[in-house]
Amino acid sequence: MTPFFKDLFAAFSSEFSFFVKMNEQVHEKLKVLAESAKYDISCASSGTTRKNKPGTIGSAEGWGICHSFTEDGRCVSLLKIMLTNYCIYDCAYCINRRSNDIKRATLTVNELVDLTIEFYRRNYIEGLFLSSGVINSPDYTMERMVRVVKDLRTVHRYNGYIHMKSIPGASSELVHEAGLYADRLSVNVEIPKETNLKMLAPEKDHQSVYKPMFYIQQGVLQNKEERMRFRHAPRFAPAGQSTQMIVGATDETDKDILQLSTALYQRPSMKRVYYSGYIPVNTYDPRLPALKQAPLVRENRLYQADWLMRFYEFKASEIVDDAFPNLDLEIDPKLAWALRHPEAFPVDVNKADYSMILRVPGIGVKSAKLIVASRRHGRITSSALKKIGVVMKKAQYFITCHELATFTVNEASPEYVRKVLTAVKKPAKKGFDERQLTIHFPD
Amino acid sequence: MIVFRYDKTFEGLLTCIFDAYSRKVFPQKLVGEGEPSPLFTEEEHGVITETTKSSRVWKALEKKLPKEACSMLMHVWLSELPESDDLLFRYIRKVIDSPHNVSTNFTDDDVLEVHKIAKKVSKERLNLIQFVRFQKAADDMFFAPVSPIFNSLPLTMNYFTDRFADQKWLIYDIRRRYGFYYDLKTAQEVSLDDDTHLLSGKLDEELMAKDEKLFQKMWKSYFQALTIKERFNPRLQRQHMPRRYWKFLPEKN
Repeated sequence: MTPFFKDLFAAFSSEFSFFVKMNEQVHEKLKVLAESAKYDISCASSGTTRKNKPGTIGSAEGWGICHSFTEDGRCVSLLKIMLTNYCIYDCAYCINRRSNDIKRATLTVNELVDLTIEFYRRNYIEGLFLSSGVINSPDYTMERMVRVVKDLRTVHRYNGYIHMKSIPGASSELVHEAGLYADRLSVNVEIPKETNLKMLAPEKDHQSVYKPMFYIQQGVLQNKEERMRFRHAPRFAPAGQSTQMIVGATDETDKDILQLSTALYQRPSMKRVYYSGYIPVNTYDPRLPALKQAPLVRENRLYQADWLMRFYEFKASEIVDDAFPNLDLEIDPKLAWALRHPEAFPVDVNKADYSMILRVPGIGVKSAKLIVASRRHGRITSSALKKIGVVMKKAQYFITCHELATFTVNEASPEYVRKVLTAVKKPAKKGFDERQLTIHFPD
Repeated sequence: MIVFRYDKTFEGLLTCIFDAYSRKVFPQKLVGEGEPSPLFTEEEHGVITETTKSSRVWKALEKKLPKEACSMLMHVWLSELPESDDLLFRYIRKVIDSPHNVSTNFTDDDVLEVHKIAKKVSKERLNLIQFVRFQKAADDMFFAPVSPIFNSLPLTMNYFTDRFADQKWLIYDIRRRYGFYYDLKTAQEVSLDDDTHLLSGKLDEELMAKDEKLFQKMWKSYFQALTIKERFNPRLQRQHMPRRYWKFLPEKN
């Protein structure tokens, strides 16, 4: 730094100190509000195609990108934050409920906008995930949130990703205005059954959740039609909407949950349903179950089932039914389906349809595509399958590939395959080499 | 063993292909200038890189291969792995000799290997995009040091010029001692004569913008506040965010 600039800095130091002080306050608020927002798990930032306009900041082209990963292994893609964590509601599952004694803070619109832009410029984040506690009324809160996204888009000409929560009970006009600036809107279902929702959150009902969801859907469909007529009609929530359900706080079975998500996925604008294993945040409330640990395995199995429905052409009724209303925690849902339906196997990888190859445990979307592409050139052998990346440990019981007869699930029986695949591998003793002979000396 | 000696450029590699077909002599190994010849070398041919020859080969490849496969070749070249040039040579020969599109025949070892290496390089590209962290300098320039294991930096330029179009930035590969500087119009390759002060990966506090430290601090505490302690899983974190990037991340320092 040249001496001239140093003088300049000194001259304005009073102004700078004011600036820094204000930011120290923002720093404190940021911590409090991040702490409050972290239980919302949606983090996707794809599904939209807004390119950079020359001379402006940001772009939301291509796939969403995770910019960091916290110590619990979850990705940080968006600046996930609440405008305020004051709330008039008293929902039992929520950390920000009215009756909780926690630090509260509110960010001003300008503070949040500046923070987003500065973080974005340093490539810390992919965009903004804006949520809020409800103050005064749903519309009052929603209006403040809309001001943030409007400022970002119109004043700062920011083209990055914006995900905004639609407050349950907000009016359709505000939802519409939000959709013009945000890429994705979301309303959380939270509890799949209405009776349970009423029990945990007496001020809410399913009406208040499904109404804004419907407004968003209407907006998306209407916009689609407009854009057919006028190419430059402004987009409405181009990345659609998403929602979230809490798992394990109430007595819903996996069947209830998956059936609801199937119904939601059938709506035209619904892109993702998230499942959030209930983390006991308000342990004192007697309406909530006393859990030692969050149901993480169950949550994982639900996501696997969700993937099966979205990418593997499974129906919810195939994954769970009345006989098996809950997912098997020991094995993944695809393997569970295969073991319940041994008659569908073995699958001949050289002949079978893509959709049938997808159903083989141990073969994922990527390897199924590679198999279908490669078999035009010649036969596929089991060694080639292994190199392509198929998990042969599982797949061997469910496929044939024009080689010698193998020991498939039909010969081995589903019970045997299950036993082999769930066998717990004993950890090798330290300093003990299995390949080495040992001689036992009696004392 | 027949050996071709070339200048270790991509154009040079394509010229090797041209020479091999025009001489009808196919080398078992390619070596760079100044490298010792392998044992049992019977014949050695020095390839002189010519853009007319290389562009003819590239055109032929573009005709025979889908676009994705062509970019895969580029990715494999940028991997800078030892013997990746031999792999590319074998792959291109297969492409030229076969009447069909061989790029989807994943039962072939070379095709699968090219596919796998290309994937690794594009993973490294993604990692760069994810974990580049700009530090704002006092002259409003944004600086980010990187050190990728493959030479993936050129592949990220589309992304960065599109996203950070209204700010000047410099991304510098401290492992390969070159970088890209964006002057609000285009990103140009630069290599600094004196880059020793950049090699630490941190801007000097003298050079930093006034509020840069604060934003780094804010980002760090935001990041820490976001962790749900009940879900603590550092192994998953390391899996997604390899340790070798941590020294450049303000949230991890």
